[in-house]
Amino acid sequence: MEKELRYIYRKPESMTDDITIYCPGCGHGIIQRLVAEVIDELGIRGKTIGIAPVGCAVLAYDYFNFDVTEAAHGRPPAVATGIKRSLPDRIVFTYQGDGDLAAIGTAEIIHAAARGENITVVFVNNGIYGMTKGQMAPTTLPGQRTTTTTKGRDIAIHGFPLKVCELLATIDGTAYLERTKIDSVQDVMKTKQAIKKAFTYQMENKGFSLVEILSNCPTNWKMSPSQSFEWIRTKMAAYFPVGVYKDRGADK
Amino acid sequence: MKKVILSGCKASAEGAIRAGCSFYAGYPITPQNRFPEYMSERMPESGGVFIQAESEVSAINMVFGAAVAGARAMTSSSSPGISLKQEGISYLAGCELPAVIVNMNRGGPGLGDVTPSQSDYFQSTRGGGHGDYRTITLAPWSVQEVYDFTYLAFDLADKYRNPVLVLADGMLAQMMEPVELLTGKKRLPGKKWALTGCRGRKAHSIKSLFLAPGVLETHNWKLARKYQRISEREQIYNTYMCSDMDLLVVSFGTCARITLEAIRMAREKGIKAGLFRPVSLWPYPLEPLRNMAEKVRKILVVEMNCGQMLDDVKIAVKNTSRIFFYGRPGGGVPTPEEILKEIKRI
Repeated sequence: MEKELRYIYRKPESMTDDITIYCPGCGHGIIQRLVAEVIDELGIRGKTIGIAPVGCAVLAYDYFNFDVTEAAHGRPPAVATGIKRSLPDRIVFTYQGDGDLAAIGTAEIIHAAARGENITVVFVNNGIYGMTKGQMAPTTLPGQRTTTTTKGRDIAIHGFPLKVCELLATIDGTAYLERTKIDSVQDVMKTKQAIKKAFTYQMENKGFSLVEILSNCPTNWKMSPSQSFEWIRTKMAAYFPVGVYKDRGADK
Repeated sequence: MKKVILSGCKASAEGAIRAGCSFYAGYPITPQNRFPEYMSERMPESGGVFIQAESEVSAINMVFGAAVAGARAMTSSSSPGISLKQEGISYLAGCELPAVIVNMNRGGPGLGDVTPSQSDYFQSTRGGGHGDYRTITLAPWSVQEVYDFTYLAFDLADKYRNPVLVLADGMLAQMMEPVELLTGKKRLPGKKWALTGCRGRKAHSIKSLFLAPGVLETHNWKLARKYQRISEREQIYNTYMCSDMDLLVVSFGTCARITLEAIRMAREKGIKAGLFRPVSLWPYPLEPLRNMAEKVRKILVVEMNCGQMLDDVKIAVKNTSRIFFYGRPGGGVPTPEEILKEIKRI
């Protein structure tokens, strides 16, 4: 019997060999790998254009092995609109954090969704500004301590976290919205399926798709990686329930 | 040559389409609302994209995206809107992306008013946003030139991979004049740097972030050398009645056109005045102005602001004590008689 050697696990072609700047235990590495695997599996590497955010994932263009552009803080959905409308047969996605998407870029994401732009958004919600060392994010939980809410986020002073999937679900232009998390292997696999579905929707011209991923920031949360996953599981998922918020493709 | 009557807004839009512009994003603001309105019909007709953006910020970032994808892209606005676009213009400059921005200048600061002004001279010629960069700035004085310069702006933007501004004003935006339209087929330059998907080649990225020590400094010096090349090659100016002049008047845009009338009136009264009119406000024609200034004892600068181009005249001209200024800020438009009075006064 002939033995056939085959790879069962290796670095996706859509990732470069660059060493990332991410802290130990950070979710960005997991999520970017999932995006790269999905792009490989869908065979769209050669026609994909990504938009990197401002924040910890700002160097995503060094880690992804396909065309990626920079965008100003919060503006990826506008930049994606310009690219996709100019090159409608390409696959265009943004990779954004919570400060980028839900604070400084709130107008851009809402109106890209309202226009039903046929783009995919990978939204990483870790409830904090990581790159700038841990200030309150629009998705910081009530009571959560950050460098600008040292006594914990007081809703009377700092207001409430923004629930992006729930908000975007009210917009007719959205086709697929799902919130997932990455605190367990099963959830990482579910996240990958959601990302794949979001890209597939774009390939099928179904319109605006977004996957919100509850992720961690062990460094700025001042937790171990395992504690940070526990925080996602018990605290974040309680405030931001995972699930499908819109699926136009499932509507019959 | 085909001649049609157009407003400045329509002329600029037609010049853009003629230049192969295939992407327009804008936001309504007086006095240039006819621009997005007209583009909303003309862009789809010509096979291009029109988007009414949710904000000026979004509009310029859509233009950024279209430029990344290799399209000839533009936006238009008026002063407060151009302020909002400065973030995107800085990124375009940093990423070395071509784009055209038309500013139908209105009075400021703040909300100001909606009447014609030249108060955005500093903003246009000194970079405008954050960082060490320049934008080529063309200042038309007729609707024909609004058309011609918008067309030229796209070629310059692609040639230097840099944003180019057309700085007109509220009067040129709305005024109607006959315009000779260009004919013939336009050939667009290839853009190997554009992001179109990496099939058959290595992956590209477009960025203005350079974190490694010294890399941004190198990038800035590279940009500076480009700006130096532009300064050497792309100065545009006109002179009128300067061969026998005793007095030189310097003015640009709408104001220069009014000033020319004042100079004609002065000549009828025996005052030998001449006009130096910079067309490219950046790069500013410093050397030509210096040479012209050597012929006269007195120089009058006329602007529809409190004295902004005046700074460039002072850079160009030795012995600044002989420079006089007449300005009308806040949406004021001088009459030829007013300017004639100043010519006589100095």
